Amino acid sequence: MIPAPFDYARAGSAEEALSLLTEHGEDAKLLAGGHSLLPLMKLRLAQPSVLIDVGRLRDLSYIRDAGDHIAVGALTRHHDLETSDLLETEAPILKHAAGEVGDPQVRHRGTIGGSLAHADPASDLPAVVLALKGTLVARSPSGEREIRADEFFTGFLESALAPDELLTEIRIPKVAGLGWSFQKFNRRAQDWAIVGVAAVVDGERTGVGLVNMGSTPIRAAAVEAAVAGGASAEEAAQRAVDDAEPQADLNASVEYRTHLAKVLVRRALEEARA
Amino acid sequence: MTPATTTETDVPTGLEPGGTDQPPDEPAGPVVGTRRERREDPALLTGEARFTDDLQIPGALHLAVVRSPFAHARITRVDVSPALAMPGVVAAFTGEDLQGEWAAPMPCAWPVTEDMKSPPHLPLAVGKTCYAGDGVAVVLAESNEAARDAIDAVDVEYEPLPAVTDLAAAISDEVVIHEDLGTNTSYRWELHLDDDAVERAFADAAHVVRERYIQQRLLPMAMEPRACAAVPQPFGGDITLYSATQIPHILKIMTAVTLGFPEHQLRVVAPSVGGGFGSKLNVYAEELLVTALARKLHQPIRWVEERTENALGTIHGRGQIQDIELAADADGRVTAVRVDLTADMGAYLQLVTPGIPLLGAFLYCGVYDVPAFSFGCTGVFTTMTPTDAYRGAGRPEATYAIERAMDALADEVGVDPAEIRRRNYIGADRFPYTAVTGLVYDSGNYEAAAAKALDLAGYDDLRAEQQRRRAEGGPKHLGIGISSYFEMCGLAPSRVLASLNYSAGGWEAATVRMLPTGKVQVVTGATPHGQGHETSWSMIVADKLGVPPDDVDVLHSDTALSPLGMDTYGSRSLVVGGVAIDMACDRVVDKARRIAAHQLEAAAEDLEFRGGEFSVRGSPDRSVPLAAIAFAAFTAHDLPDGEEPNLEAHVTYDPPNFSWPFGTHVCVVEVDEETGGVEVRKYVAVDDCGNQINPLIVEGQVHGGIVQGLAQALFEGVVYDADGNLVTSNLTDYLVPSAPDVPSLTLDHTVTPSPTNALGVKGIGEAGTIGSTPAVMNAIVDALRPLGVDEVLMPASPLNVWNAIQRAQSRPDPERTTTSATAGDTNADAGGAS
Ligand SMILES: Cc1cc2nc3c(=O)[nH]c(=O)nc-3n(C[C@H](O)[C@H](O)[C@H](O)COP(=O)(O)OP(=O)(O)OC[C@H]3O[C@@H](n4cnc5c(N)ncnc54)[C@H](O)[C@@H]3O)c2cc1C
Repeated sequence: MIPAPFDYARAGSAEEALSLLTEHGEDAKLLAGGHSLLPLMKLRLAQPSVLIDVGRLRDLSYIRDAGDHIAVGALTRHHDLETSDLLETEAPILKHAAGEVGDPQVRHRGTIGGSLAHADPASDLPAVVLALKGTLVARSPSGEREIRADEFFTGFLESALAPDELLTEIRIPKVAGLGWSFQKFNRRAQDWAIVGVAAVVDGERTGVGLVNMGSTPIRAAAVEAAVAGGASAEEAAQRAVDDAEPQADLNASVEYRTHLAKVLVRRALEEARA
Repeated sequence: MTPATTTETDVPTGLEPGGTDQPPDEPAGPVVGTRRERREDPALLTGEARFTDDLQIPGALHLAVVRSPFAHARITRVDVSPALAMPGVVAAFTGEDLQGEWAAPMPCAWPVTEDMKSPPHLPLAVGKTCYAGDGVAVVLAESNEAARDAIDAVDVEYEPLPAVTDLAAAISDEVVIHEDLGTNTSYRWELHLDDDAVERAFADAAHVVRERYIQQRLLPMAMEPRACAAVPQPFGGDITLYSATQIPHILKIMTAVTLGFPEHQLRVVAPSVGGGFGSKLNVYAEELLVTALARKLHQPIRWVEERTENALGTIHGRGQIQDIELAADADGRVTAVRVDLTADMGAYLQLVTPGIPLLGAFLYCGVYDVPAFSFGCTGVFTTMTPTDAYRGAGRPEATYAIERAMDALADEVGVDPAEIRRRNYIGADRFPYTAVTGLVYDSGNYEAAAAKALDLAGYDDLRAEQQRRRAEGGPKHLGIGISSYFEMCGLAPSRVLASLNYSAGGWEAATVRMLPTGKVQVVTGATPHGQGHETSWSMIVADKLGVPPDDVDVLHSDTALSPLGMDTYGSRSLVVGGVAIDMACDRVVDKARRIAAHQLEAAAEDLEFRGGEFSVRGSPDRSVPLAAIAFAAFTAHDLPDGEEPNLEAHVTYDPPNFSWPFGTHVCVVEVDEETGGVEVRKYVAVDDCGNQINPLIVEGQVHGGIVQGLAQALFEGVVYDADGNLVTSNLTDYLVPSAPDVPSLTLDHTVTPSPTNALGVKGIGEAGTIGSTPAVMNAIVDALRPLGVDEVLMPASPLNVWNAIQRAQSRPDPERTTTSATAGDTNADAGGAS
């Protein structure tokens, strides 16, 4: 429960964070809300020698109407998402899902950027951003680039971010008025999902993301295609694990997780269409 | 809010009502029976309370323990030298280095049979480790951080041996854990009353049910982890041991014996203690290590546990396979109960490990009038953390088995679970009731408590709704579970303990002392760790002596202040320790009466004592307050001839019987057949603990107890993998429920005073835990019976519920048979535990 020794530097701006990242290279880790990184460090599963704290970069904490999309700063806390009026109308699934993350303490510290950058298959927001077909903006000393959500998650706790890149913004297409559902099935209110399903139903542009159904957050492309092809919720749900690789853990066997994903996809599609 | 009989509170909040009931000025009438806020709470809530790890101990070295990562292994080499080279490290020792410190192995105070096998258990393992977490070496450093860093540097070579995590495998002796014992079976304990009667009852039975239940292991998970510090005094060789313990008195004796240290030079202090639930009712390696090293190095040594260490190195609870059979006549009246247990001791016997199943042995007939009973228990060693007392200790297990089996019998006979119970309750007119075991239940009215609970739950309406919904179909199933419990607490009559071969008595000591200014000092040997003894004891004394409760100070938890005591566990504090306080008050009043009679020039028999004042019967103007007597006793200027100065009394009270609280809990659940999810819709508990000293504290105990029992049913369960690694070693994997995860609790009570003590009280500390688990599980199985489910493994996680449904649906024969569940199955259901 005591992390290995590390140095700590607080970045005063995004630029400073980038130069510190360049300076310390692979040994450094960005620290946002710390609610994924610090537990790993306490268990000594992560032992970065330098922490670069970006947690106080207020100019990366915002939820803005950017015309055709909503722009969310990477350092925006879950609590700010959960209480955003703009999201309420333009992307209610994100607002709702943020309110289902952990407990109030976690939601006041954890950030959407940290949630995505951590690339944990069990986290809620990656699946939601997948379902919303969002775009992530990464900045490095050499400039800025956009990464599609479905190309962002590359492996277990691995993302398309380069070691010298800072995630700055998440762009969410406006989905006002579309049917949506977020199904989070867990044992205790504060827990990660055993299985979660995020669905935004819009005919051919339907998006479905899965929580905890493989080594990365998963886009259920086969379910999306079935819905686009006019399948019923029940029929589409049969394709729930086509893109997944469910694993066994303390809370689920492979069979149970597979079954649960089908039930929750069906319920999500039914609720989104209702 | 008035002190209503029914309150509905969100749990756990603990803090609400009370305050409004308590008038700002001291109430005029008796305080016993009022909802008085706990005087302990302000310090706890403001952070003023000092726990062991909060103590400032200049010059203390921090101890960290190198723990075996293997469940079962030979230790071929331990090299501490790399750790000694680390910054801040002062010393390091292997198990072998410290072997000379121990005059005796770690204590087990309950050798349940003459031939019980117990392996020598040292604070640090020598030669072999027998569970993951077993200590093999220690490091002492200038800071906790330095000590923790250094334990990784200690070089230990292990030769792994096969783990034994399955009770059937343990009994087979294929792998013998303690070679010198030649077997993994520690003991076989049997209760034979009239075997022929049992045989006959089963032969003649119209109905027989045979059930197997699995009591999964649980982690006690007190909020405050364990901590201890041994501080040598500057001269004279005395040592003070501070420990987050429930049992400073017992710890003092056992530490003295294990270390060969003069008992009179050891003082044990339990500072504020943040919960124990039985897990701090023990003598632990770390307590012995800090004391031995303080003696060896003449320096204070301290240690505090990490959460994962707590999961590995603090005792576990439960861990039994229960086989229970009921024989019944055509109407479902139980004619015999036969029980056989296999109990998981873990790797070694801790303080009372082997006795835990025996504390339940006498409860397997439940609240029912059962004429024939037999019981047997086999205690076996495994390569897992030792088990020991956990809230209820043996009685929750027993209650679970009989209450689950009563539901199975109801199903077999084809009557409602409420009706099968009504047909079998011991009638209210039968008390004191001598059970087939020979034990005498002090008082009870089981049917009245049950009727009240069923009424509060709206039982008949629920059954009607269930019938309607079953006809309609749908994925959600309504289930209603009943548990009528009683229990045996207030440990304990010393002679009964003797008959069970327990190595100590069950008395409690109390001193009540009037100070010269009229204030009162109470010394209790019952050591609180969150229960509110100070509040309750002060209330008892206030009414007895006619003083305001705030004028009563309660001293405890320090063997120098309260040299005699048997501490707190087994719901004993009030029933034994509180009654001792009450008796000591009587003796104070007796002595004061003699002095008052002398002063008033009246006969002692002619004096009345009321409202803190003695007056002569018939002439109320001739009176003297107790405070004046206290002062007179202090000055000793004018005492009756032969009367000793000062006004105090000391009582050591040995209870004549256990106390037998009881009640009925009703749980209502909705089970989602598709996901396996269980939602508790309603929870009603009607408990009877006799007279209530402070209903607010009673409710708090019931709330916490129910949640802990519900946690066993729904959330908690220890999982080991096949290699003997503890998988559920942190609070992400071991699911302790929090406030949003538990339902609102509807509480009510009946009052059937105990006739065996003057206060008419019974214990309430464990009742909630004992009553709740079977109520929840009966509700879940009740919901799923139409799907052919007759057993769901605990915890009833969505996975275990779903698996139970799958099992039932793939079973060709829907007839009730012995369920095939085994302990291994629990782990398998938990996902094979990676
Ligand atoms: C008790 C508890 C319960 C939780 N329950 C849930 C839950 O139910 N659902 C859920 O989804 N999550 C849950 N979480 C995780 C929580 O949402 C975390 O806050 C989130 O996953 C990570 O965000 P963070 O800001 O804390 O990131 P940090 O922990 O600070 O960082 C995580 C990783 O992302 C990197 N990183 C952070 N910000 C950036 C950035 N801007 N650019 C590049 N890299 C960056 C860090 O270097 C690190 O590797 C829980 C956490 C806890 C402690």
